[in-house]
Amino acid sequence: MAAGETVATRKGVREVRDSADVEAGLDALDSAPVGPARTPLRQILRERVLPPVAAVVLVLLAWQAAYEAELKPDYLLPSPADVWRALSDQWYEGTLFSTVWTSMQRGALGFAAAVVIGTGLGLLLGAVRSLRVGIGPVLSGLQSLPSVAWVPAAVVWFGLTDATIYAVILLGAVPSIANGLLAGVDQVPPLYLRAGRVLGATGPARVRHVLLPAALPGYLAGLKQGWAFSWRSLMAAELIASSPELGLGLGQLLENARSYQDMALVLATIGEILVVGIAVDLLLFAPLERRVLRAGLAGVRG
Amino acid sequence: MSETVLRAGAPVRPVALAEVEQPAVRLTHVSKWFDTAGRRQTVLDDISLTVGRGEFVCVLGASGCGKSTLLNLVAGLDRPSTGAIEVTGGRRPALMFQDHALFPWLTAGRNIELALRLRGVPRRERPEEARRLLELVRLKDAYGKRIHELSGGMRQRVALARALAQEGDVLLMDEPFAALDAITRDVLHEELTRIWSENKLSVVFVTHNVREAVRLGERVVLLSSRPGRIAREWTDSDLPEAALTARVTDALREEIRRHGRR
Repeated sequence: MAAGETVATRKGVREVRDSADVEAGLDALDSAPVGPARTPLRQILRERVLPPVAAVVLVLLAWQAAYEAELKPDYLLPSPADVWRALSDQWYEGTLFSTVWTSMQRGALGFAAAVVIGTGLGLLLGAVRSLRVGIGPVLSGLQSLPSVAWVPAAVVWFGLTDATIYAVILLGAVPSIANGLLAGVDQVPPLYLRAGRVLGATGPARVRHVLLPAALPGYLAGLKQGWAFSWRSLMAAELIASSPELGLGLGQLLENARSYQDMALVLATIGEILVVGIAVDLLLFAPLERRVLRAGLAGVRG
Repeated sequence: MSETVLRAGAPVRPVALAEVEQPAVRLTHVSKWFDTAGRRQTVLDDISLTVGRGEFVCVLGASGCGKSTLLNLVAGLDRPSTGAIEVTGGRRPALMFQDHALFPWLTAGRNIELALRLRGVPRRERPEEARRLLELVRLKDAYGKRIHELSGGMRQRVALARALAQEGDVLLMDEPFAALDAITRDVLHEELTRIWSENKLSVVFVTHNVREAVRLGERVVLLSSRPGRIAREWTDSDLPEAALTARVTDALREEIRRHGRR
């Protein structure tokens, strides 16, 4: 079948050998084998769920032991049961859900605004070289500035209003998102951009169909960090800018509990803040990351 | 058997009448240089080349002959330093790379649909057209497959289908089969020949593989290296493929040898 044996009447004269069956055989042989079957639920439980649960149980046990040993007086170190009671009191008063909801709403709205602004800024800096040289380092620098530092300034500018809270969230999250997108854009293989141009993707179509999806790994990392910064900034802002006119969020609840010296409620609130952060990470970002990772692996030539 | 020897500065070779009527691609005295650190590096030097409609031209050359640069210029990814490039037929030429350049975040079918979408095909018609194109490269089962689930040869066939989705008259191919194993390449040669003859495409196929060039091309153009100039070309002949291959190989070796003597 070597080309040398083929009679070399040239193109047009030579009949086209039909190689459909050879091709089908090659396709079957060369295709990536079907991936391993899904890991059974039992195995997932044992390998992925059990260890963190065990760790939490250990911490609770140590806490209970410390409480019983009376390392600190109980108004400073309440027992896990006291904290649980604080939580269930909140639940029965109907404030648990509304407090968490107030903060999550603010967090989501602030984060959404940060995504819009950060994405626009990232794309702009990616497109205009001189802007990037000028603003890029400032943006990276801002990333390492704790956003709590903005709270006093924001309070002076906007008073004890929602504007203060959102300003702090934006200042915390926008740099991360813009920087993440820039990092993602820098990592886009030039081949994809050229392929996009050949296909006729220019202007907004280029951004939408080639640049953004190709930059997704870096962009997503930026979004994830942006959310973490949003949530932290929000808590800082709520803690400091707490006033009756502002709805009661987790930060304000924390501040109130501190002023009542209610340690059980302080710890319960910290737990709620932690749970929201973890839940968003697990339910929103982890599945997104898995999807992107799968597509990203495909980019590696195999 | 006609063998034309061209040197830089030589007049453009007389082209056949049929080609003059409606060439698919015409390069007139095209040169390309890059200025790096004050030094000018000429990559392509005075290339004049006409590709007729429906013609299959293979551009052959060793590394450093500017083959890829040549295709980039025709594809409009880069501008020539001097000279003119005309591509008739309205639509931009399609370009296939050595690396499939399929988008890994889309399935095989969606890759093709993106090309259709950018061409302005209405949404309703895209899936059906994408399936038709996949069938053309004999991959109708690959529609929903991710790129990493496909073998190298299958990826290049999807890339070919995506290129065909652009419906340009001109298909530019930059060593598209260089990374494939011999058997797969062999099959793809036949596949490409079939699709080319069925669809009346004009193809410019760049390669450093003499046998591939002789086998596929109706015309083989040999580029010299550093700078790239058209050194010779061989048009359709009655010569057996093996004999022509030997002849072209000799010429290529001679071109390469010149660089060692410097």
